[in-house]
Amino acid sequence: MRAVIVGNSATAVGAIEALRAVNQSAKVLVVSEESHLIYSRPLLSHYLGGEIDQVRLAYRPSDFYTRHEVTPILETRATGIDTAGRRLLTQDGNSIAYDKLLIATGGTPILPPMPGIDTQGVFSFTRRSDVESILTYLEAHGGKEAVVVGGGMIGIKATDALIKRGIRVTMIELAPRILGVALDSTASRLMTRLLEEAGVRVLTGNTVTEIHSRDGRVHSVTLREGGTIRCDLMILGIGVRPNTELVEDSDIRVNRGIVVDEYMRTSAPDVYAAGDVAEAYDLVVDMNRTVAIWPNAYRQGAIAGAHMVGIETPDAGGVAMNAIEVHGVPAISVGNSNLEDEPGHEFLTDLDERNHRYKRLVLKDNRLVGVTLVGHINRAGIYTGLIRHKIDVGASRSALMSEQFGLLSLPDRYRKHVVTGEGIEV
Amino acid sequence: MSKRIVIHEEHCIGCRLCEVHCLVQHSSSKDIIKAYGGEHSHLMPRLTVEEDGPLSFALQCRQCEEPSCVEACVSGAMHRDPLTGMIMCDEERCVGCWMCIMVCPAGAIQQNLLGTKIASKCDLCYGAELPACVAHCPNEALTFDDVAEKGAGS
Repeated sequence: MRAVIVGNSATAVGAIEALRAVNQSAKVLVVSEESHLIYSRPLLSHYLGGEIDQVRLAYRPSDFYTRHEVTPILETRATGIDTAGRRLLTQDGNSIAYDKLLIATGGTPILPPMPGIDTQGVFSFTRRSDVESILTYLEAHGGKEAVVVGGGMIGIKATDALIKRGIRVTMIELAPRILGVALDSTASRLMTRLLEEAGVRVLTGNTVTEIHSRDGRVHSVTLREGGTIRCDLMILGIGVRPNTELVEDSDIRVNRGIVVDEYMRTSAPDVYAAGDVAEAYDLVVDMNRTVAIWPNAYRQGAIAGAHMVGIETPDAGGVAMNAIEVHGVPAISVGNSNLEDEPGHEFLTDLDERNHRYKRLVLKDNRLVGVTLVGHINRAGIYTGLIRHKIDVGASRSALMSEQFGLLSLPDRYRKHVVTGEGIEV
Repeated sequence: MSKRIVIHEEHCIGCRLCEVHCLVQHSSSKDIIKAYGGEHSHLMPRLTVEEDGPLSFALQCRQCEEPSCVEACVSGAMHRDPLTGMIMCDEERCVGCWMCIMVCPAGAIQQNLLGTKIASKCDLCYGAELPACVAHCPNEALTFDDVAEKGAGS
């Protein structure tokens, strides 16, 4: 059996580890456009911020491929799939035969149509090469002021890293509030204030309409709502879209992402897709959708990898979630955490604005469907477990908001399940 | 089959000796006076005692069969030890992003902000014959047993 994996990040690692846990004989090949061995994309901001060095960017030990008997084929771009002939086509005109293929191509940065986007000093922020380029640029030209376009996860992480390098940042978000996909307006306001306390200028409901250069390098940007901002550096961190390029000329079904079933199988035989490129089941919204987060990528990869060698473990579904930190204050959001005034939902909130603390639970039919925690995040995972297992929390509603919230606040049966591993009947 | 810390909440008297001895075990002096003296500034127990009226128990990492923390960890710090099969946090690699705290269904991982920020969890007193909390529990509310079935789940 010959398993070919396109992509070299969390999904690939999940697949390799799950496959090798039960099978030593399969041939496993990893095809990646990038030249680096497995590194952690979420750590790129820590790297840019100077918190970690290159060595710590590695997501797995350097002997990962040898120990798992994987052949890496790096700096090779896959361009298409011959699903009938079971071959992966590559840019150099060659092809690689597969018995099972996993598409784990992740996401591509969304680049808005802005005049001047190709100017030197304008960067995306998804790959290691982006960060290496930013560091090289800063070393060569210095930089005191930066513009970050995008007030979502990527924009926030880029901003936090730049602050740590002593660079002043103006963040520009098109939507009326930052982190709108994850947070309600109150939590968003708290994070905005934290950014401002860290010296960031946050502009919402605005965008860049033109990038200006001087001596060939970015010098300022024009804003849609008027005015220009000086900058030595610009980072585009709007977000990513599923990188489905590989399957565009194939018969594989694509919606927003590549559509997959509970085993991460695509519509083509023996072709799987997982991670940011896949449109898999989300158990909170009860439908398939793309959610570009690390835990989903790893888990979906593992499900695909196991299935390739005959282990059928259906995916129970993912839950959208994120953990971020701004100016030393952590924030966690899980599930439908950004809902506001939604009919049929109940909202429990506790706000201590001065101390940057906020807790907000979203319930529907006595089940937790969303959580936001700012400032105090310990034991957040208990809430996540309640969401994932759709536990009826009707009887423990007041305990959910208590400072002492813990496993003792939960229904006995669920607590015993968590503590001892006994089955739950709900 | 592997060894797990089994919690018997019906036997727990809430004395918190487990907390004390957990902290001492993870100090460099292994001395209760020193650990709670000068060293205490960056140490914290790696377990949580929950208490509500007569009901109490000490909770450590449940050693899940399909650990959400390993799945969610972006640095590779959370891992299954290849030798013992136990879920461990490599504190040298942890960056304190708190993804593990976000997903641990037992709430058994805590922020340690006393030194370099890291995720703090039970390491079963790596290398010791018996975890300190189990060894010092006066009422066998914690035992170290062979277990086959699943931990906190997936």
